[in-house]
Amino acid sequence: MEQPISAVAERAVVTNKSRHQPIDLRRHARPGEQIIQVLLGLCGVISILTTFGIIYVLLREALMFFSLPEVMLWEYFTNTTWAPQINEFGVLPLLNATLATTFFAMLVAVPLGLGAAIYLSEYATPRARSILKPVLEVLAGVPTVVYGFFALTFMTPLLQRIFGQDTVQFYNMLSAGLVMGIMILPLVASMSEDALSAVPRALREGAYGLGATRFETAVRVVVPAAISGLVAAFIVALARAIGETMIVAVAAGAGPRFTFNPFLAAETMTGHIARISGGDISYGDIQYTSIFAIGLTLFVLTFVLNIISGAVVRRFREVYE
Amino acid sequence: MSEPTTTSGLPQGPAITKHSAQRRRKGMLWRGMFIGSLLIGIIALITLFATIINDSFGLIVIDNKVDPSTLSDQPLESLDKAALQAILQQHISAGRFRQLNREQPFEERDQSDLLQLLEAEVIKPSIVASYTLQESLFERERVAAEAAKKYPQGTLTFHSWISGTFLVRPMHSNPALAGIRTAILGSLYVVMLTMLFAVPIGVGAAIYLEEYNGQNWISRIIETNINNLAGVPSIIYGLLGLAVFVRALERFTSGAFIGINNGNGRTIISASLTMALLILPLIIINAREAIRAVPQSLRQASYGLGATKWQTIWHHVLPSALPGILTGTILGMSRAIGESAPLIVIGASTFIAFDPNSPFSKFTVLPIQIYNWVQQPGEQFRSIAAAAIIVLLVILLALNATAIFLRNYYPRGAV
Repeated sequence: MEQPISAVAERAVVTNKSRHQPIDLRRHARPGEQIIQVLLGLCGVISILTTFGIIYVLLREALMFFSLPEVMLWEYFTNTTWAPQINEFGVLPLLNATLATTFFAMLVAVPLGLGAAIYLSEYATPRARSILKPVLEVLAGVPTVVYGFFALTFMTPLLQRIFGQDTVQFYNMLSAGLVMGIMILPLVASMSEDALSAVPRALREGAYGLGATRFETAVRVVVPAAISGLVAAFIVALARAIGETMIVAVAAGAGPRFTFNPFLAAETMTGHIARISGGDISYGDIQYTSIFAIGLTLFVLTFVLNIISGAVVRRFREVYE
Repeated sequence: MSEPTTTSGLPQGPAITKHSAQRRRKGMLWRGMFIGSLLIGIIALITLFATIINDSFGLIVIDNKVDPSTLSDQPLESLDKAALQAILQQHISAGRFRQLNREQPFEERDQSDLLQLLEAEVIKPSIVASYTLQESLFERERVAAEAAKKYPQGTLTFHSWISGTFLVRPMHSNPALAGIRTAILGSLYVVMLTMLFAVPIGVGAAIYLEEYNGQNWISRIIETNINNLAGVPSIIYGLLGLAVFVRALERFTSGAFIGINNGNGRTIISASLTMALLILPLIIINAREAIRAVPQSLRQASYGLGATKWQTIWHHVLPSALPGILTGTILGMSRAIGESAPLIVIGASTFIAFDPNSPFSKFTVLPIQIYNWVQQPGEQFRSIAAAAIIVLLVILLALNATAIFLRNYYPRGAV
């Protein structure tokens, strides 16, 4: 028995309708997507927690240190002796050694780094640059403990040969500082080169058009135009030198000493933290809390430098189209 | 009254040639100085490598307690296991022999094992003098004369401090017998765990900052914060790890909560967590750059086909950003391998004679082993430090070469 075609068609339409509801295209909640977004946000929050963790830990232990009867805040910043055995806690000898090694490091790194950056950005052919930049990156990738070895086995004997074995101690600030300068040289060079390369080509063309030589263009036009980036690079390098540990721990000597003679051994802040915590210390005793106080001093110092560097970039940046 | 041409202060007439020649000379001079500063950097790098190589190869004078040729009339290497065991038994006390047997039964030991035992227990070679490569190559006669005069029974041989046995031997207080096996295993453990923590979190944070509400206040705070964290000295992270992971979370990091008793939290897991926090900014900054370089059209095409935000990120943005993310990951990894200051603070041990076997083991890592040896007095410790440095540098060079290759092979956003 045959059905009329219209009936078949009608049934087909009905089944089709019941099977395929029109898709709801309105915006609706996707819980999975939201969970993912929250999780990713948490990943970002971990970095904030790290900062809070650092500040909390340093402040807590440092406050414990300063609340001890043996320690006085005023003495911490003025006393020139650091000798926990006899309850003398003056940070000056450690700070002084840190600043001395940093000074020598900057003495090496800033002129050489800037010179290398000017050469790379203004003189070198693209081919030369593509070879030389990776070399600098290799220099930057060498672990700092290797530089410590270098200071001890090459720089110190060299200094002893130049200035005499009696003047130069085996562990000394000059050797550590100079090698630290070699260590941060690639950082200065690479950051400065970035700043110089960012100066628009039109400025250089303008200078050449007025008859300036390549050197005059580089020094009177490009460097002033990039000055904010350059200063930021120097400050970052300064912070790096202040916080550097391994070179000074190996080569600058163990034992705090307040001296301005770079040929003598003197322990820096970082070196002291490394040496004290490397030994077996009991939690909560005065030596344990004292390294956190030194750590706080170090943190504040580098933090302020980083803030200044950021401000310099924002404030003095020359914006070009 | 002067002529208008002279008021400009510029040289006129024939003086022009002289003046510009002067300027050009000055330019050349400074150009030389700029090249010079770059050259000094390169020379420093070469000197650095030369110093390391100079100390890791060279002549040594070996003084054996027992001359190996008196033990047997054939070379020891050609003897079989039974003969070696007999010689060993003959030359050490019965108690010591039993003790060795208890440590590992002799039936289970193979020939090379016995050879090593013979060397350590009977022959007992000690290096009485060592010379740098430079002395060995250029002052060979002087070295030979000196060695013959000072150590008549010693033998002078050329020694490479870096060797297969140096890589696989555990720590030892005698530099002639010391190896870096424990340190390499420790480094591997720490780095692997570090990456396990740091990469997912770092990439996650980078995705959040780049793809979700990139401009709201929380992102701005995170961004400023990351830039500041990147500038914090590494030793400060060590103090954070010491107070939080080693001390406050001691129950977890020492493994006490699953019944492992290590005494304290100075373990691999504490080290890895500390290191992960240290390299997190580096990974986030690099991953962000890689994600930012993915062209916007890719995302729009994906949205246009009806993909959700996460589908777009997971299937399109991340695969395109992968080379850049990998580069950042490798850079973070090489940082984690070379860094030692924070690990010293959280208390990596310097003398460990057994292999680390769990995240809750005590550990040492390559840079700390080097630090330890550099501090020891004596030429030989300097030589093994140099040899360990070569191992460390080879690992780092391989990693960095991979990173540079990835960066050049896949230019930004061109995938």
